[in-house]
Amino acid sequence: MSETAQVTDLSDERIKEMSALRRALIRPELGGMVGTVAVFTFFLLFAYDSGMFNAQGVLNWSIVSAQFMIIAVGACLLMIAGEFDLSVGSMIGFAGMMIAIFSVTLGWPTWLAIILSFAMCITIGAINGFIVIRTGLPSFIVTLASLFILRGFTIYFPQTIERKTIIGGIRDVAEGDWLAPIFGGKIGQPVFQWLGDVGVIDTFERGTRQGQPVVDGIPMLIVWAIVLVIFGHVLLTKTRFGNWIFAAGGDAQAARYVGVPVNRVKILMFMFTAFCATVFATCQVMEFGSAGADRGLLKEFEAIIAVVIGGALLTGGYGSVIGAALGALIFGVVQQGLFFAGVESSLFRVFLGVILLFAVILNTYIRRMITGER
Amino acid sequence: MNTRSTHEPIIQMRDIEKHFGSVIALAGVSVDVFPGECHCLLGDNGAGKSTFIKTMSGVHKPTHGEIVFEGKPMHFDDPRDAISAGIATVYQDLAMIPLMSVARNFFMGNEPIKRIAGIPFYDKDHADRVTMDEMREMGINLRGPDQAVGTLSGGERQTVAIARAVHFGAKVLILDEPTSALGVRQTSNVLATIDKVRKQNIAVVFITHNVRHALAVGDRFTVLNRGKTLGTAQRGQITPDELQDLMAGGQELAELEGSLGGTV
Repeated sequence: MSETAQVTDLSDERIKEMSALRRALIRPELGGMVGTVAVFTFFLLFAYDSGMFNAQGVLNWSIVSAQFMIIAVGACLLMIAGEFDLSVGSMIGFAGMMIAIFSVTLGWPTWLAIILSFAMCITIGAINGFIVIRTGLPSFIVTLASLFILRGFTIYFPQTIERKTIIGGIRDVAEGDWLAPIFGGKIGQPVFQWLGDVGVIDTFERGTRQGQPVVDGIPMLIVWAIVLVIFGHVLLTKTRFGNWIFAAGGDAQAARYVGVPVNRVKILMFMFTAFCATVFATCQVMEFGSAGADRGLLKEFEAIIAVVIGGALLTGGYGSVIGAALGALIFGVVQQGLFFAGVESSLFRVFLGVILLFAVILNTYIRRMITGER
Repeated sequence: MNTRSTHEPIIQMRDIEKHFGSVIALAGVSVDVFPGECHCLLGDNGAGKSTFIKTMSGVHKPTHGEIVFEGKPMHFDDPRDAISAGIATVYQDLAMIPLMSVARNFFMGNEPIKRIAGIPFYDKDHADRVTMDEMREMGINLRGPDQAVGTLSGGERQTVAIARAVHFGAKVLILDEPTSALGVRQTSNVLATIDKVRKQNIAVVFITHNVRHALAVGDRFTVLNRGKTLGTAQRGQITPDELQDLMAGGQELAELEGSLGGTV
């Protein structure tokens, strides 16, 4: 045993010590952080006087960012678990339409309509996951099918029942409902009234709302976004289940060898993505008071882009919910900021494509630093 | 090193046969493994090594024959049964996830839990501490528990996988060609790890087709050829040349060796 016993010191002199700064930098959120700083710097310099950073302006881009965040959290966890869901956008349209049909057309209580829609959509998410697991097909294809199937039904049902593709009047039927305000209400009104009274926030100077602050509370949409981001982040990084999500996406076979219930993890993540899409849909329906068959178009791609900007790997096993939330924030700020800055809004898409490309290049580089691959 | 005289074998494979349809992969193989020994299983490609260890680890059910584990006949329905009995297998493809940290890989599937307000959280401090300790024990100095497995060399990954199996209570550790894809230095690291594991009174079944690796750590050597054992030899009772000949089935290699000038 003499030839093996002497090999005790295995520290490798060829591995360079990493500086603390470099170690702090190589994390999935880096791209999102850099992007967020860049975007805010840009708009503070070029659109500060446009009203983008007064109370109304902040609320405006916060709501848009929060919408992106809600679907990005689901897409992020699912992507880390190694799967995609392209049916998110259609699911948003479908969920909203179901709520409208149940509550307005059929006249059921709004709370029942909301709960039923959640149940239906989460079931569809589970079916998506089940088909992916059972057939072994790429989730890209399976959920592409769901994208068309759900969108088709979202147009078919209102067309057949009401002869139109937009169902309105939801706000009236939701009046006094106990569950609807959880999605469509606002919180913190007294604080904002006080902020208005002391002059931090502008108040209406005439009209029926004279004396009231221009921003009279935080919409539940934003609360949902924050809660989901915190939930997703804690679940992913602080729990056993979070470790399983990484493992399922990193190498499903390796995870199975050591007893991780990979199939259950993946199906649950499909269900969670569906849940997030339904939260988005319910908030939107309660805000607009109507459901439209074209709602949520392209949202699946926007969610995926936000997640990728946030540092997640398209192939799974790596990513961050905080990063995805920053990606969503970048989205919201730029989309609304271009409007405030008076830039032609179609340029938003140009920006999206460019930032997506840069984010993926940066993230590939970060990942190589982490894993030491060349 | 000779602890066998004082122990019963921890696992006995008695006259194991395995047929796949019309193919007889194993035609009556008997092997005993004792705690604290490194039992090398040698054989050329197609000799039945993989089938044999997969039978031992519960992946395959033997067509005929008996597995006696700790004195009792066992029937493993699937690998989980074998793992919970204490038979751990480190496969060539390792069950490691390169993008995840060493600590998270180490505890994958067995994450430690710490309850805060009744909610089960992943106990990161515990996992990190145990991982660092176990790795130091095995002679690997990590930069930190958060270092990704992807930054480790192949030999270090093998060592992490072995340390993981040992930490979670393996009594029999089956290593499927752990050195086949490694360089010289990494191989010696893995062999040193095997030696450490054996000293913890764990039975090691070391599958290889490299005679020199086997002789470096092995206590006993069983050679498989065409689904049969050609006998088990003690350390010191057999020369490398004899082992090499047994593996290749004797005379064919002798002929080959003549034409290659004794380099095989």
